[in-house]
Amino acid sequence: MANEESVRQAAREWLQANWDPEAGLLDWRNKLADSGWGVPHWPVEWYGKGLSAALSAVIEEEFVSANAVGVAKTGIRMLAAATLLEHGSDVHKDQFLRRILTGEDTWCQLFSEPGSGSDLAGATTRADLIEGRWVINGQKVWTTSAHHAQYGLLLARTNWDEPKHQGLSYFVLPMDQAGVEVQPLKQMNGHASFNQVFFTDAVIPPEYLVSTEGNGWQVAMTTLAHERRGADGVRGASKAGPRRGRIYDEERAETETVMEPYKWYPQRAGRVDLVAKRAEATGTIADPYVRQEIAKLLILAKSAEWTAHRARVAQQEGRPQGPEGSLGKLAASNIARACAHVHTLITGTDAMLTGEDSPMEGTIAEILVSVPATSIAGGTDEIQRNIIAERVLGMPKEPRFDTGPFRDVPRNIVT
Amino acid sequence: MNFSFTDEQELFRSGVQRFLKDKSPTTEVRRLMATDTGYDPEVWRQLSDDLGLQAIQIPELYGGAGFGPVELGIVMEELGRSLLCAPYFSSTVLAANAILNAGNESQKLELLPDIASGQQLATVAVTEPNGRWDVDGIQCTASPAGGGFRLNGTKSFVLDGCVAILLVVVARKPDSTGEDGLTFFTLAGDAEGVTRRALQGMDPTRKLARIEFHNAEALPLGDVGNGYPALAKTLDQAVVALANEMVGGTQALLDSAVAYAKMRVQFGRAIGSFQAIKHKCADMLIDVELAKSAAYYAAQAAQEDDPEVPALASLAKVSASEAYMRTAANCIQIHGGIGFTWDNDTHLWYKRAKSSEALLGLPSYHRELLMQRWGY
Repeated sequence: MANEESVRQAAREWLQANWDPEAGLLDWRNKLADSGWGVPHWPVEWYGKGLSAALSAVIEEEFVSANAVGVAKTGIRMLAAATLLEHGSDVHKDQFLRRILTGEDTWCQLFSEPGSGSDLAGATTRADLIEGRWVINGQKVWTTSAHHAQYGLLLARTNWDEPKHQGLSYFVLPMDQAGVEVQPLKQMNGHASFNQVFFTDAVIPPEYLVSTEGNGWQVAMTTLAHERRGADGVRGASKAGPRRGRIYDEERAETETVMEPYKWYPQRAGRVDLVAKRAEATGTIADPYVRQEIAKLLILAKSAEWTAHRARVAQQEGRPQGPEGSLGKLAASNIARACAHVHTLITGTDAMLTGEDSPMEGTIAEILVSVPATSIAGGTDEIQRNIIAERVLGMPKEPRFDTGPFRDVPRNIVT
Repeated sequence: MNFSFTDEQELFRSGVQRFLKDKSPTTEVRRLMATDTGYDPEVWRQLSDDLGLQAIQIPELYGGAGFGPVELGIVMEELGRSLLCAPYFSSTVLAANAILNAGNESQKLELLPDIASGQQLATVAVTEPNGRWDVDGIQCTASPAGGGFRLNGTKSFVLDGCVAILLVVVARKPDSTGEDGLTFFTLAGDAEGVTRRALQGMDPTRKLARIEFHNAEALPLGDVGNGYPALAKTLDQAVVALANEMVGGTQALLDSAVAYAKMRVQFGRAIGSFQAIKHKCADMLIDVELAKSAAYYAAQAAQEDDPEVPALASLAKVSASEAYMRTAANCIQIHGGIGFTWDNDTHLWYKRAKSSEALLGLPSYHRELLMQRWGY
């Protein structure tokens, strides 16, 4: 039976024998996949060692202290992997998992549509089985990385007579084909981190259906559960110590490409870390009203941080999850809004400016025009409040008007 | 800092909860808040005999149970939830801590065992009719006279000031200002030169007194003129305890609002199924949980004698106070018309929220303190 010490020792020895900063990134990651050290919590038959999350964390520590590069983790590839490990066939696992780990393939998530945002199960992108192949028509939106992804995780409707959740199926869609058109979607903050994806008779081979026809919602729930757990699915590379060598350069290039869409995300959260410094720099720290507003913000941010800490400790100690674990997303929205308010107070008339004419080369302006995303992305505040009220406080659900056959359910007309 | 509760602490909490559920239903709160003394001596005795709560954070050397601010916080949270009418905050929290912080060894040995057993009711008088919680508000003087000291001046907002047997009073050396010249003094509540009058409290569960001193003879606690550190510490500890009391009351209000929203039917459905109501409840839950985190964190910091305690105390006070008031107002709103009646219990907590908001300093005062304490 593996214990922490033996696992740590084995990882350390393996890294000593194998880690080489001058190796090629692809060769190294193939070695990680073959040995199981890259994703030790995955099953033994699929590139892992079948270890617990706790023991995997021990191995991760060894990788960090050796400054060793790990498998590719950026973007939503790990959501794809987790979904396929749970619901995929051996064909899927055989064909996709290794190239996810090596970073050769990039994935995107084709869930949201112009007509179904919060109501994800109302998707109207259709998949029709015609002459033994799935033919896809419709439109997806808010698709990060679609412009350089090889595959997409697609939620599409295969049955219009079933109630909406039962008529959905889940597919792996090859992105590089004539029936798929990707267009960037420019946001109000000027960045274009997402795409719109249009399908016109796009084709999916029958073996790329994940799980069974009509079971798409259950599979999508797996993807979403991993997304919530992994903070937006956004993972940066671990960093410790100087990183000089061929493999680091290759990893950096990869990270820059994959992380590019996320570079404004810190501003979206409000940058509470800048508030006190900026208030001191501008002298507004002496203004009694500004002091009150800064204190309000910092109290909110600190108490939210400690609430997240309480939730983590409860989880680590195996105690039942209290309500504190469900509140982070909504608290983050409150903090982001309060940050935008306080940054405006501190910035004064300069809040009218952007780019190089504005404080911190546009960072403050970017906060002010990025914060509105926080209360929408990954579940709106309103949906979060419904979830908290219904699941945590046990309050009754709203009456529904979408329970019958999906073709009769009122829905948006998308032009 | 790890500030989750241990199994023993959770067990202790449920014991306190059971006792209070039995002894302090709102019928009892209503009965006692209408009395002059504001507490039931029999329940006070049981609080000591059955649970030893009056002794909780007093060291064993002085007849206490030797627990710390975390366990005291648990008690306070449950007292806040149940609104127990008792001179607990005045005697166990304020007076015991003041004596611990200011007194010399023989004074602690002499005064604390009776407070720990609940036999002695004590209180602390800091604030004056000006209502200020900073040192500049302290104008009462203590003048040396015949080997002792004579107090002159008026204290106000003194918790349980009319029932306290022992008064612990902060006074200053004549002509001193600010943090200089402050001393804690003790004297009997019925000593010569002491005139006590009950104030009409908006929150009838918290009894307040105005106390006038005319050449009242008093004994100094600890060093004369060097009482400021002890006063500051006593107030910070009280603020942490009050924050924990407040989050207990806030939770009680949220529970009540949610229970009512599930039960009350309008337009053919439970009002809790309307998003206007459930979203309000979700926001209330955030308020409660964030305020709890701050209150628990501050208590744990006090347990570890962390130098950040003054800042954390202010932070926890603001967080708890804002959460309590918002939740109280929302709880009335969700109850609708009935929530505004005397017969509905919500106003008991609403008034406690309001009196707690002002007691030991308003949120605006503590926000400014917090900024200063963080070095801004």
